[in-house]
Amino acid sequence: MTADTDRFAGERLRKSPSYPRQKELNIREAWSSWNGYKFAEYYYDTEYEYFCVRNQCGTYDICPMQKYEISGADAEAMLNRMVTRDVKKIGINRVSYCLWCTDEGRMIDDGTIFRLAEDRFMLTCGSPCQAWLKKSAYGFRDVTIRDVTDELAALSLQGPTSYATLKTMGLDGIETLKPFGIMHFTFDGQPLMVSRTGFTGDLGYELWIPRESGLAMWDALYEAGANYGIQPYGEAATNMARLEAGFIMPLMEFNEALKTIHFEHDQTPFELSLGWLVDFKKPHFSGREALLEEKRRGPKYTLTKLDIDGNRAAEDAHIYSNKACTNEVGYVTSAMWSPAVKANIALAMIETRALDGDLWAEIYYDKELRKHSRVERCRVQKKPFWTPDRARATPPPLS
Amino acid sequence: MSHYDAIIIGAGHNGLTNAAYLAKAGLKVVVLEKNDYIGGAAVSREMTEGWWYSSCSYVCSMMRQAIHRDLDLTRHGLILVPYLGTVAFGDGDERLLQYHDEEAAYLELQRHSRHDADAMARFNTDLNRYSQLIRKTLLRTPPDPSSLKPRDLMEFLFLAKQTWAMGEKEIYEYIRFFTMSAAEFLEDYFENDLIKAAMASPGVIGTALGVYSPGSAYILLHHVMGDVDGSIGAWGLARGGMGAISNALASSLKSMNGEIRTEAPVQQILVKDGKAAGVVLGNGDELSADIVVSNLDAKRTFTQIMDKNDLPDGIYDRAKNFKIRGSSGKVNIALSGLPTFTHVPDNPYLNRGGQGFCGSIETMERAYDDWKRGRWSEDPFIESVIPSVWDPTVAPPGQHWMSNFIQYCPPKLADGEWTPEKRDAFGQTVIDKIERYAPGFKDLIVHMEVRTPYEIENEVGLTEGNIFQGELTIDQLFFNRPFPGFGQYRMPVKNMYMCGSSTHPGGGVSSACGANAAREILMDLKRPNTVPEDDFYDE
Repeated sequence: MTADTDRFAGERLRKSPSYPRQKELNIREAWSSWNGYKFAEYYYDTEYEYFCVRNQCGTYDICPMQKYEISGADAEAMLNRMVTRDVKKIGINRVSYCLWCTDEGRMIDDGTIFRLAEDRFMLTCGSPCQAWLKKSAYGFRDVTIRDVTDELAALSLQGPTSYATLKTMGLDGIETLKPFGIMHFTFDGQPLMVSRTGFTGDLGYELWIPRESGLAMWDALYEAGANYGIQPYGEAATNMARLEAGFIMPLMEFNEALKTIHFEHDQTPFELSLGWLVDFKKPHFSGREALLEEKRRGPKYTLTKLDIDGNRAAEDAHIYSNKACTNEVGYVTSAMWSPAVKANIALAMIETRALDGDLWAEIYYDKELRKHSRVERCRVQKKPFWTPDRARATPPPLS
Repeated sequence: MSHYDAIIIGAGHNGLTNAAYLAKAGLKVVVLEKNDYIGGAAVSREMTEGWWYSSCSYVCSMMRQAIHRDLDLTRHGLILVPYLGTVAFGDGDERLLQYHDEEAAYLELQRHSRHDADAMARFNTDLNRYSQLIRKTLLRTPPDPSSLKPRDLMEFLFLAKQTWAMGEKEIYEYIRFFTMSAAEFLEDYFENDLIKAAMASPGVIGTALGVYSPGSAYILLHHVMGDVDGSIGAWGLARGGMGAISNALASSLKSMNGEIRTEAPVQQILVKDGKAAGVVLGNGDELSADIVVSNLDAKRTFTQIMDKNDLPDGIYDRAKNFKIRGSSGKVNIALSGLPTFTHVPDNPYLNRGGQGFCGSIETMERAYDDWKRGRWSEDPFIESVIPSVWDPTVAPPGQHWMSNFIQYCPPKLADGEWTPEKRDAFGQTVIDKIERYAPGFKDLIVHMEVRTPYEIENEVGLTEGNIFQGELTIDQLFFNRPFPGFGQYRMPVKNMYMCGSSTHPGGGVSSACGANAAREILMDLKRPNTVPEDDFYDE
């Protein structure tokens, strides 16, 4: 059937350059979507893919992630006006995790800023934000914002054998690449950018190349990774890995401020335990006054890592300060049994004032259709659940 | 002379677990190991450069998750990875592809028998039901049937409640199940011979029973009742090999100030005034202790490192007659590449689990006949796994390590003792059989380690090379393990305990025996318990 005769053409999703390979490997036909792209929920089995990321290596299609090139003499100043972190401090060929807020200090989105030159940046984020970027650029003369999402093919390669795979692929010098660093290579006659970044909390990289070379890059990566257990992983496995790493997800931990109907049903960086990303020492930025006030007052809620007794994932559980569950103090945003850590982990929004006291989760589950509930003790964790040394080592280990 | 609160003999995984829980309670403990490495049968050894063999045990499903979590074994370097995708090989060209995906697995069963594809659901349900009950006893001390102590009565009440919850019909079925053979049990479900053989094979692993021997149905259950992250029946690999489990336990033990001494063989347990008082080492050194815990099997403990005169009447004979028959061999092979098996699709996911060279029920019974006659099986059942497909740390990239478990291989041969020549001939039988299913296999072999019961006994210390530290038959299970009347880890000599697989719940890398023994010891010492309760997905 050609596009002309496809009655549903307008409803079909777009496809990543590596779609032909993904299609073959997605033997469960488990597709989801992200920003209009056809996007794998999983390919073979969620848990299997999760273990590839923790034990060998896996690739995650980040073509659907939004990418913007921001350039010009005022690019740095403009970004600095928008995000809460000090962009001046990002060196060339370095990446920084950032977030941006409304004037009320409510979080719009988070993302990464790549500094590619003194006057050239790439910003990546989960949701489209061209309109907000344009608003943020008011008053800045020399700044150009370009949506490069469809010009690039991007693939995340994560897991303990990711370094060995890139080395086998022939990326000389990759051993010197430090976390949040960027290196440039030539592949297929095209510029290939590699950053040591990711969303799994483990050793990992992200590869960026002009779209026309996306498929060739996939093939080269899979050839190099053949002896290192390379396997694509989808959204479901990503969600497991990021929770172990303590990373937040939109529509799980936070509701984007520009899409929030109800008053203060969005979040501030302090509520999300991301206060460390807010730099009050730098010049004015969106939300500064509100955030100063929030910092002084202390956030009403605090996103907290919990280690919960028992092994029933506390999905959608309410959190109480007493075992009788009469005094509700919060709610779980994400929860799972962590196969690597062997712990029942969760992120939860908890009233800050309740954090010093007892915390109990009321967990619902079913067993052969019958509904059950349990009340389990929760312990606050300060560190991410999964934080292997290899994620920080340079050069990293080969396996 | 150094004095310890407790001496644990044998740094296998149960000895380390026992020591860890005693150390956690604040006891000054030392684990004594005869070899220059720890781990016992849960060990990874670099037998040829670049290849790390899990020389003995090779997969894991019974490891108590509660212990993994409680002793923080992940932080101490342990990660357990479930594996999937297994192929069962028939005598000829038939293959049963055990896909991970339920739908795919169902369609594959249908290819062999529509009847059996449907029956598989009932089979799995029944096995699961039986598993539920036994799993609940793993981290509990069996009650003493002759005791009227409230604790024993309460434990019986607990068991009765769990049993009654199955319903009348299933109680009868369950009791019957315990005395059945694997083959007869399967007869009630399946008609296809390869499916029957594939399902029966866990019933003979490690045991000197055949598929038609009464009691082999329980062995089958023992091998499928484990789980990985709540997925009952799943098997996992320890990243870095089985030694990673022992190493993590040792690291956890050391973090609680426990001590481990290698190359410290215990020659004798010292008994003074009817109480265990310490040990004498091979070099003549004496160590004193309030408590001595043996992680050796029951036969070895009472007949080799204890003086017969220190034992109450009858114990020596019980130990001598303890059923601990060697029946298995192990062939570890370093390969330069992945073997290609005939009549198996080139689906990489099917290379990811294991190979079961089970043939047919008939072939498996014939293999047992050879063992009875004092020969290794001419056409053995081989359970193979290629952990390097999963684990990037056990073989060089692109090369592989294949673990082959062989049933049957006798501890003593009809024509005399084992010799290096006979051992090599046994190895040849194994690779000849694999070559039959994977032409060119032999050309891939870089290095090979052949282990008969003789090697396993002499290196690891398991009597006759029995992997369970004693047969898992009903006369030696639960409160009968190791001997009737001694099912609660306390041994006939005061202050002496056992913590190995010769005790409940028996063989397998579970850490349960060691943990259960620690709980009993701490109770006797009137110390607070440090051993966690089991956590269940199936409660």
